[in-house]
Amino acid sequence: MTSQDAAKPRPLAARALARIDPAVATAFAMIVLILVVGSLYSPNFLSPEYLLQQLKVASFLGVIATGMFIVILLGQIDLSAPWVVAMGGMMSAAMTAYGPAGQVLAIPFGVACGVAMGLVNGVGVAYLRIPSMIITLATNAVAQGLMVVHTGGFSPQDSASPAMRFIATGETVFGLPNALIVWALVGAAAVFLLNRTTYGRYVYAIGNRERAAYLSGVDTRRVVMIAFGISGGLSAFGGVLLAGYASKAAQAMGDAYLLPSIAAVVLGGASILGGRGSYLGMVAGAILVTLLQSILSVMQMPEAGRQIIYGLVIATMLLLYGRESAQGR
Amino acid sequence: MNAWRYRLAEHRGTLLAFVVFVLLFVAYGSNHPAGFTSNVVTTAANKGVLLAFVAMAQTLVVVTSGIDLSVGMIFVLTNCIASAIVVGSPATTILGVVGVLAAGLLCGAINGLIVIFGRLQPIVTTIATGAVYFGIALWLRPQPGGNDAFNSDLADAFTGKLFSTVPASLVGLLGVVAIVWIPYRRSVVGRDAYAVGSAEVAAYMSGVAVRRAKFVAYTLAGLLASIGGLFLTFITYSGEASAASGGNYTLFSIASVVLGGVSLFGGVGSAVGAIFGALIFRTIGDLLFVFDLDPLYQPLFQGVVLFAAVCLGSVRLFQVRNRLELFG
Repeated sequence: MTSQDAAKPRPLAARALARIDPAVATAFAMIVLILVVGSLYSPNFLSPEYLLQQLKVASFLGVIATGMFIVILLGQIDLSAPWVVAMGGMMSAAMTAYGPAGQVLAIPFGVACGVAMGLVNGVGVAYLRIPSMIITLATNAVAQGLMVVHTGGFSPQDSASPAMRFIATGETVFGLPNALIVWALVGAAAVFLLNRTTYGRYVYAIGNRERAAYLSGVDTRRVVMIAFGISGGLSAFGGVLLAGYASKAAQAMGDAYLLPSIAAVVLGGASILGGRGSYLGMVAGAILVTLLQSILSVMQMPEAGRQIIYGLVIATMLLLYGRESAQGR
Repeated sequence: MNAWRYRLAEHRGTLLAFVVFVLLFVAYGSNHPAGFTSNVVTTAANKGVLLAFVAMAQTLVVVTSGIDLSVGMIFVLTNCIASAIVVGSPATTILGVVGVLAAGLLCGAINGLIVIFGRLQPIVTTIATGAVYFGIALWLRPQPGGNDAFNSDLADAFTGKLFSTVPASLVGLLGVVAIVWIPYRRSVVGRDAYAVGSAEVAAYMSGVAVRRAKFVAYTLAGLLASIGGLFLTFITYSGEASAASGGNYTLFSIASVVLGGVSLFGGVGSAVGAIFGALIFRTIGDLLFVFDLDPLYQPLFQGVVLFAAVCLGSVRLFQVRNRLELFG
């Protein structure tokens, strides 16, 4: 096999080229383009420190977007991310206050709260057949209400546990930020789940046509419910990381992550209608969104200009490759 | 012979929303410390009408089985524009109002054009355009503020009371329903929008002008959102580019539409239902105040009510005869 391929390098290259998703390629090309444009402005944009810092910031978005990615693959959406993120951060920080046992349980407890909210979404979408856009909006409002009651409406005073700070801000080998390693682990698990397990194939199948998957004997409702549980857990885990990064949780800390996580998924070439998309594309999308935000703020672009450019870039990129077929028109 | 039954079925969501609203509002009014006075009603109406306009905007798009996540941002943008140009003499004021409405139409038209000719999904399109609209609003009003020459006479006329009893804002809302919604609903384009929302491919096969129906729906949605923005300026005399406000109005508009019996799958519901949905949503928030509950619990209470309302929607599961219908 290997010798055959080596004897015919050209077809292999051509085949490899043909296998590359144009959307993923465009997203990576945009990352390079942004870095080149940025380096014209300041050579610091190509320094390893800056790039590692960006990857670290991108990993918070990446973890949250992973959950969104699985849900979007199903053809659904999870709008409860903002306050599930905040809930993850606040609950883990609150648990830390309960002595050594609380410190150990902080991260699992925060994630468990997110999984619980996600499962509520999942039951609503899968068993009660409520459109995901509505039920996740409602659980977002409930999560917000719970957190406002919990904190009394003020900025919470609990601080993050040492473990939370370690995984969000620490460094282990070769100066690699721990947050990046965490994202790599989450990503590897997601890729394995989606591409190497029957569960993952069911996710793609349901995203293409739930009715067909159901008729093929898949318990589609359970698959959908679990996917929302995963999404809630990952959102909350993102909140845990963010709370570790800032060493405490904050009101509305997740608000800045809803639209970027959706943008990261669709910029990576996944169809918002479900059934199509690769994790590699989402990684590119998350890095792209983070870089875009960072470079615009480094250039001291006012918030107004940042919003406009951000919107225009998303719209332009989608027009480049996110178009549907003209069928039925 | 059975025409009335079909009509009843068609308006069931709207009627239900109306009944719920009346019950809630009577509970609110009769427990209000100031009593059931015209002032109480006017204050409630001014707040409710803002959301009602945005909810109407959302309805037009949702009926075509799309969704507009930029309505809140158009609302904020036109609020900022209105705070700058609805100024001075009656002539310049009228020009300013026309300018605000034109801005709303333009925002809606851009959404429509991208969805139709860009062939992008409405949800991602309007996320992107919403960011742009909000950026423009922030550029116009980096800090919240107003114009000293703002025409407050016009504003007071629309937020006060007619014949010192009827809230003028409700009359304004009725006027918009009569001028925009009813003619639209009865026109061919409006009927086309329902056809497109029910089954787009079938509508296309039957010769419905799908693109025109969608374009008009998105454009009118922009117009209605801008009327809401104009109205907000009448209440506050100023403009504020607040991302939280824009996001909330978008989310609340979706909630109102659902409470008002408009199907998110498209093709079912009416803007009148969405108006009552918006009024229900606002009244729920105010009820807490009347019953002296801790304001801290207000977001949780609103969330739980919203959650219960959307779960009620799943009673249709009991009507499903073939389980396959569940898996669309």
